[in-house]
Amino acid sequence: MKTIPDLILPALRATLVLGLITCGIYPLMVTGMAQLFFPDKAHGSLISDRDGTVRGSALLGQDFTSPTRFHPRPSAAGTGYDAANSGGSNLGPTSQALRDRLRERVVTYRARNRLPADTEVPADAVTASGSGLDPHISIRNASLQAQRVADARQIPIARVRRLIETHTESPALRVLGEPGVNVLKLNLALDALP
Amino acid sequence: MEPSDWLQLIFYLAALGLLTKPLGLLLFAVLDGGGIRPMERILKPLETLTWRLIGIDPRKEQSWFGYTKSLLVFSLIGAILTGLMLRAQGALPLNPQHFPGLSDHLAFNTAASYVTNTNWQSYGGESSLSHLSQMVGLTYHNFTSAAVGMATAAALVRGITRNSTHTIGNFWGDIVRITFYILLPACLGFSLLLVSQGVIQNFDPCTHAKTVEGRQQIIAQGPVASQAAIKILGSNGGGFMRANAAHPFENPTPLCNFLQMLAIPLMGSGLTYYLGRMTGNQAHGWAVWTAMIVLFVAGTVACASFEAAGNPIHHQLGIARADGNLEGKEVRFGIFGSTLFATVTAAASCGAVNCMHDSFTPAGGLVPLFLIDLGEVVIGGAGAGLYGMLVFVILTVFIAGLMVGRTPEYLGKKIQAREIKLVMISLLIPAGTILVFTALACVSRWGRDGLGNAGPHGLTEILYAYSSAVGNNGSSFAGLRTNAPAYNVTLGLAMLTGRFLVLVPILAIAGSLAAKQAAPLHAGTFPVDGPTFTVLLLGTILLVGALSFFPALALGPVVEHFLMHHGALF
Repeated sequence: MKTIPDLILPALRATLVLGLITCGIYPLMVTGMAQLFFPDKAHGSLISDRDGTVRGSALLGQDFTSPTRFHPRPSAAGTGYDAANSGGSNLGPTSQALRDRLRERVVTYRARNRLPADTEVPADAVTASGSGLDPHISIRNASLQAQRVADARQIPIARVRRLIETHTESPALRVLGEPGVNVLKLNLALDALP
Repeated sequence: MEPSDWLQLIFYLAALGLLTKPLGLLLFAVLDGGGIRPMERILKPLETLTWRLIGIDPRKEQSWFGYTKSLLVFSLIGAILTGLMLRAQGALPLNPQHFPGLSDHLAFNTAASYVTNTNWQSYGGESSLSHLSQMVGLTYHNFTSAAVGMATAAALVRGITRNSTHTIGNFWGDIVRITFYILLPACLGFSLLLVSQGVIQNFDPCTHAKTVEGRQQIIAQGPVASQAAIKILGSNGGGFMRANAAHPFENPTPLCNFLQMLAIPLMGSGLTYYLGRMTGNQAHGWAVWTAMIVLFVAGTVACASFEAAGNPIHHQLGIARADGNLEGKEVRFGIFGSTLFATVTAAASCGAVNCMHDSFTPAGGLVPLFLIDLGEVVIGGAGAGLYGMLVFVILTVFIAGLMVGRTPEYLGKKIQAREIKLVMISLLIPAGTILVFTALACVSRWGRDGLGNAGPHGLTEILYAYSSAVGNNGSSFAGLRTNAPAYNVTLGLAMLTGRFLVLVPILAIAGSLAAKQAAPLHAGTFPVDGPTFTVLLLGTILLVGALSFFPALALGPVVEHFLMHHGALF
């Protein structure tokens, strides 16, 4: 006949041993190898300027409002692009609140980019992403903003378009995922223009 | 769906199909064969040391009752320790953001969530848990709950294939060998692959960045890759970040997304090959696999089509119709990369999400909900999918036997009143729990107070929450605010019910079948391979699922679909 300790002790010991291996050795091994092989990526693909100040991460979107730069998607993370509080709006398809927000954003988008009132607005330009940190916008969204950016910077639009092209990330292996333009990288390239 | 979407789907299914056999053979070698020599050479000393430390002889076989007892005690101890750790997090190390301990009900909910392989997240990921809580309190269960599920599936398959015995394996032997020889090596390789794509892995505190336009951006850091690898491979789903696999630090590129989608159903898929190998009827394994894949493909095509069609209410505002419904989705994954992920995560009981299901169109969101409500048997969670599916197989054999007027037999074993009673318990308890708790929340003040959306969408939020909890999925219509005492407690109970009140009858079936002697095949034996069997199995699954949930689904997503096309708003 088994006693209670006979039942519990192996379970307790197994918990400790498995815990040590799966929660101690395993993550430390992964961390070690990650630091060794991909130190930059393991720390978040951070982008720093010359004096070492971190300006953001190549993988994370951040807010841009100046007319001289490309604007990212709306964000529902915290008060907008909060990289310590990711998330989406979680508003449903028949939500009045979502419809009102979208209507306002459509009007703002057309006005800001001086587009005719019947321009079909790209969905990504007015909807919030799931993470609230989406680094990309669609190619069409970028092209619709190009004229405004070129005007504000007083540079030819062809230069802006070329930058959009070089900062377009195409689908992996040609079929996986969708093409997108990394807004932070594009804006940094714009700012670096002579 | 665009041509490139079909190409992605075909690419995906081919990769999954190709990986199924090698993984099945590995499972067989580790669980019931002699192991694989090079791996044994490296890991045997660790395994031997583990047996010495635990004080168990893994070769000593257990009865179904002994197996169940070990499983329950092991799970209980793990849950209690995690609950205590979360409660005391504020006083423990590796807490660079100084997060306080969780409340009692949230700690209960989270412990229940992880011990049951659900990973329902009432807490807020990077904004409420310390590195220690995530890395030890939660990741521990990601490994062990997956191992427990796979062990149970192996025990059931042994019950089916053994004759006139009362033993179905050794619980400790199974979970330790699964962890050492399958989950750990797979996760080590997979997490490095994730880091190579940009998933972070560090113990840093938050980074304070000064954005290009001079604002402050606080960037959460942590050991994400090691946790993401097992959350995916173990079909757990609990992300490090609140936005889970939508967060660029957890799923940065389309290639990374593809690899994660492939890894989610891997264990479940490999177990069907293991079933064929063990029963000596490989065609049976593939017939079960085919039934799963047929439902999965149907779900994917439906979900992708409805999301690509988008929302007429939004199109009227001047938003491009061709873009589909992008609210809650990432540009890099697009509609198809998001809906395929949603279908996989729902089908395979994973619960990781790369887009917000709450913002799906009504019919698009119905797909993951319905796949969960079918009982998580369309591939299903690590182990849980196979044992759930075998319950339907036994029911199918039983119904087929009744139709032709013969004693039902499954692979030569007579299916009798005891087995069918146990099958019915494991089917009815989950369905009943989902519907009763949903109804309770709908008529209660606390239930409606948590709603993030009004109208029929609100009902869907609640139904999805309890379906996800009972199905041990963990994904959510995340607008529902469940971090409140009544939700945390009822969802915690739902998760425990959906796991253990299914697991125990299944192990009892294993014991009962092991005790029987298989009769030799004869002309009247119902074949469990080939298209006839697959179609009958599909019919049984759909019939049970549809009859149980159609009324509730009609009041939620179905009615909302028609209201949306009439422009109704709430």
